[in-house]
Amino acid sequence: MTQQVAARPLKFYGDGISYLTRLESKGSLIVVEGPDGSGRSSQIDLITSHLEAAGHAVITTGLKRSELIGSGILEAKHKLPLGKKTLALFYAADFADQLEHKIIPALHAGYVVLADRYIYTLMARSSVRGIPRSWSHDLFGFAIKPDLVFYLDVPPEELFHRVFQKYGSLDYYESGADMGLSDDLYESFILYQRGIAKEFRVMEAKYGILRIDGGRGIPEVNAELQKRIDGYLRSLR
Amino acid sequence: MAKEASGGRAYKGKLIVVEGIDGSGKSTQLHLLDKWLRSLGLNVFFTEWNSSDVVKEITSKGKKKALLTPTTFSLLHATDFADRYERNISPLLEAGYFVLADRYIYTALARDVVRGCTSSWVRKVYSFAAAPDTAFYFRVPPDIAMDRILEGRPKLKYYEAGMDLNLSNDEYESYRIFQTRIVEQYESMVKKDRFAVIDGTLDIEEQQNLMRRQVSRLLPPSKGRAPIELSKMQEAGPP
Repeated sequence: MTQQVAARPLKFYGDGISYLTRLESKGSLIVVEGPDGSGRSSQIDLITSHLEAAGHAVITTGLKRSELIGSGILEAKHKLPLGKKTLALFYAADFADQLEHKIIPALHAGYVVLADRYIYTLMARSSVRGIPRSWSHDLFGFAIKPDLVFYLDVPPEELFHRVFQKYGSLDYYESGADMGLSDDLYESFILYQRGIAKEFRVMEAKYGILRIDGGRGIPEVNAELQKRIDGYLRSLR
Repeated sequence: MAKEASGGRAYKGKLIVVEGIDGSGKSTQLHLLDKWLRSLGLNVFFTEWNSSDVVKEITSKGKKKALLTPTTFSLLHATDFADRYERNISPLLEAGYFVLADRYIYTALARDVVRGCTSSWVRKVYSFAAAPDTAFYFRVPPDIAMDRILEGRPKLKYYEAGMDLNLSNDEYESYRIFQTRIVEQYESMVKKDRFAVIDGTLDIEEQQNLMRRQVSRLLPPSKGRAPIELSKMQEAGPP
């Protein structure tokens, strides 16, 4: 069984959420970042089982649409594609909703929160589309600094094969098809994923993101992640 | 020339903004200014706060479930603004239009700060928006403005009345406290954001003449000596 972990103050990237009164965490926020096909969800499943077996209460969260905003409201209202900043703000609103209604309460209650992507993916997507990095950083000034952030790094050529094998086709946005990079979808995908990977390298030091070689097999990657997570959780006691 | 607030690129067009609480008379005045500028043959575009359905739909949904936090509330309004900004305001300023905005980023600043967001964060979120060439602020004693609105005992919307702030269980009382706090926020911006303050208790025509005098400085030289008196405009106006 796990021991009770002492409450620690929540840390934010900027001004934080000034109207909140309970600003402590008894849990841990662990983020797994990486493109589609990098093995994020497999790893999160394995980590969840492992932590639960060790007696931790685990909750997972992702960038999927929250209950509040629902699916497609914004898209349905417009025939034209949405602007870059409009989309960035819309996703930020959705993230804020999950942060305040799910992540923060879970941290108060002592859960290990496993986040399947976090603000870094949103910032990387904005940056490759020309939005200034400083603006995105300021926008997410209300976001909590996670305890651990992993980035599963997989070469774009390898990602392409994995995505194709799994889904049989490429996702529109994950291929950067909205950006007009290339008429050829393969080329567009490679260029876009390279751009995203570059953004993660730029963010690495600033946000303490740990790059993990995701090109290996699932067990190897999991062994490394689990070792780091266990080490971190032990350090809390 | 309108510039991005961050000091970015300059536009050919002009951005004119009106701000003030409900009942301050700002919309009436902007409407008259709109008529005048059009009568001079200028390209004019008029835009309102929350004019897209997106936020309306989400806020009414959020209201039923009492789900909207100040941060999500702020970001949803910023989304709505960004949509209008990227779709209309920015390209039309680029094209040389007179863009008239009934409420602009200062409305967001005032409301979000009253709800508990920090003003530094809200300003950063909206830093992509062009600074107006002129921002008129209609100063009216809150009681007068609220009497104008509340006279007919209208049905106030949940967020409009500031009911999410738990100021009072009575929606009219909540509305009054909320509006008074909004006025405090506006007053704190007057100097920093160089508001052109209009005394909203003056006669409608008097206020309009003050506005036109100010705006005439922004007109192209050929239109610079245009008649600015309200009565003359009506004679010269299009049918």
